Amino acid sequence: MATREVISTGNELSALAARDAGCKFFGGYPITPSSEVMHEMSDLMPEVGGTCIQMEDEIAGVAAAIGAGMAGVRTMTATSGPGISLKAENLGLAQMTEVPLVVVNVMRGGPSTGLPTRVSQGDVAQAKNPSHGDYKSITLCAGSLAECYTETVRAFNLADRFMQPVFVLLDETIGHMHGKAMLPTEEEVTNGIVPRKFFDGAPEDYRPYACEHDQPAVLNPMFKGYRYHFTGLHHDAKGFPTEEIETCRKLIQRLEDKVELHKDEIESNEEFFVDDAEILIIAYGSVSLAAKEAIRHLRAAGIKAGLFRPITLWPSPQDRMRELGAKIPKILVVELNIGQYRDEVQRSTGRLDIEGLFKVNGRPISPYEIVNKVKEL
Amino acid sequence: MAFNYDKYLRLEKMPTLWCWGCGDGVILKAFVRAIDKLGINRDDVCVVSGIGCSGRFSSYVDFNTVHTTHGRTVAFATGIKLVHPDKYVICVAGDGDALAIGGNHTIHGCRRNIDITMIIINNFIYGLTNSQTSPTTPKGMWTVSQKAGNIDPTFDTCNLAIAAGASFVARESMLDPKKLEKVFVKALEHRGFACLDILSNCHINLGRKNKMASAMENLEWIDSITTPKKKYDAMTPQERINLLPTGILKEDTEADEYCDMYAEIIKVHQGQRKTISQDDFAKKI
Repeated sequence: MATREVISTGNELSALAARDAGCKFFGGYPITPSSEVMHEMSDLMPEVGGTCIQMEDEIAGVAAAIGAGMAGVRTMTATSGPGISLKAENLGLAQMTEVPLVVVNVMRGGPSTGLPTRVSQGDVAQAKNPSHGDYKSITLCAGSLAECYTETVRAFNLADRFMQPVFVLLDETIGHMHGKAMLPTEEEVTNGIVPRKFFDGAPEDYRPYACEHDQPAVLNPMFKGYRYHFTGLHHDAKGFPTEEIETCRKLIQRLEDKVELHKDEIESNEEFFVDDAEILIIAYGSVSLAAKEAIRHLRAAGIKAGLFRPITLWPSPQDRMRELGAKIPKILVVELNIGQYRDEVQRSTGRLDIEGLFKVNGRPISPYEIVNKVKEL
Repeated sequence: MAFNYDKYLRLEKMPTLWCWGCGDGVILKAFVRAIDKLGINRDDVCVVSGIGCSGRFSSYVDFNTVHTTHGRTVAFATGIKLVHPDKYVICVAGDGDALAIGGNHTIHGCRRNIDITMIIINNFIYGLTNSQTSPTTPKGMWTVSQKAGNIDPTFDTCNLAIAAGASFVARESMLDPKKLEKVFVKALEHRGFACLDILSNCHINLGRKNKMASAMENLEWIDSITTPKKKYDAMTPQERINLLPTGILKEDTEADEYCDMYAEIIKVHQGQRKTISQDDFAKKI
């Protein structure tokens, strides 16, 4: 794999990734600690003939981005937790209408205004179900500067494959981290783009939502002769509102199954010293960097610790976690919230003895805190 | 020969869900005739609607159509328009949709002067949800959320749009479909944000409890509160009370349109011109 060396920040790298992945529209609103994504996009989008617009509020930011997605281009918004809370309704519309969209969320302390300039992973549960109703979230979480880039690229391809919003979770630490990252070349990213499917038959035969039970809608770009309808209401094969019982059931079940039955295309994990581990640390995002450092110290002290790092948080890697839970005696989840992902680890492993090291004061977890916690177990 | 609407309608969706005698259908037909008159290809039109009775507008017309969330038409339309600056993007929203929950987007659409035609179907009430007070419900009227009589002051939609910077602002009612068609033609031809306050009846959910239970009574009331701009301008402030002027209230063809300005931003970033400065604008603040 050809690589290039870039010195940048996590936020800037996610913007660069968007451009390289063919994004042509960004709609946003200023919010700490994600604003730099918009700052970058305001330069990158016009350079490639795209648009970056600062809208009047968070709601409008995502709405404009979804509108661009309906029009047919790759599109993105970026925000932090309070912004996701505001965008939630329209994220539901994007799920229901199956409009691809990448949403970068640089997590800060919450709830409410919380700790705007400090780190948290408090939006992990929110990312699973930001809006009301049933659908299946796809949420990726970057654990390094390079992944701020590569996971954003992957998010664009997944959004077009599954025709729905895809979250990229960064956190304040990784978003503002400044350093060297080895990235795939632009050419490699361009070659890896898998655009959304289009229907090229006769307009009268076009049925955007008439798909197999586990497949996403096929949405043609606007203004190309296929005059169809988007609606947040339950809709039929042509996209028009309906209350027909079977059509309604099938639609919502399909929104679930198009992701659930193809989890293997989305799942991505990293395992670090897991093979002989007697204690398994589960951590993601910036916390995983501290966990790796802790494991080096623990190994040096003769303690067989390993790391399982889900990169795709939702849908969760539950099968792999179940396998690991069946053979590793002790499991410790380390996260910057009060056990939002530990709940998922408990559910996946079927074990209630999952330990937790949690922090919600806006400060990162240090390797030594993890080392000390492991030694207590 | 009578105008044939079939080409522009999704006939399989007829009849509409709108109540018998509702003005929304008259407005829809006038809009369709305007599109036809201008010879616009159906593929080049996108109609974006919100939530409420007016929200169903988009599903009945055979264009590229989007039924969005409550109040957000302008925000979605902004994204669509910026991707396709050469296409016709039309928002259809009700008074509650455009002025209450979506008031912020309406204001900022006007401010940007982006080339969107916004049709606000103003029936002075939340019709679909059964008679709650809207930002245009006249004071003293009965609503289901203010049974003692509405005390909330009303928005003047057109004054709001003018103040916010829309370059084309007009008011008509569905009483005169010919005028309606003409104003739609003008608005569609205009390059910039066109905000249209289109008065319509809701004799079911506004009228029945306010002594105008038939469509005709409701329309007579609309007639009684409107007067052509020319007459209105000649009136004393005292005479203008409880009257709304109709016609084109603002038409500024010189105002900078947002997509055109964004094209300049692209030129800057692609090295084809210098950065945009205050000197580029006649009106700076």
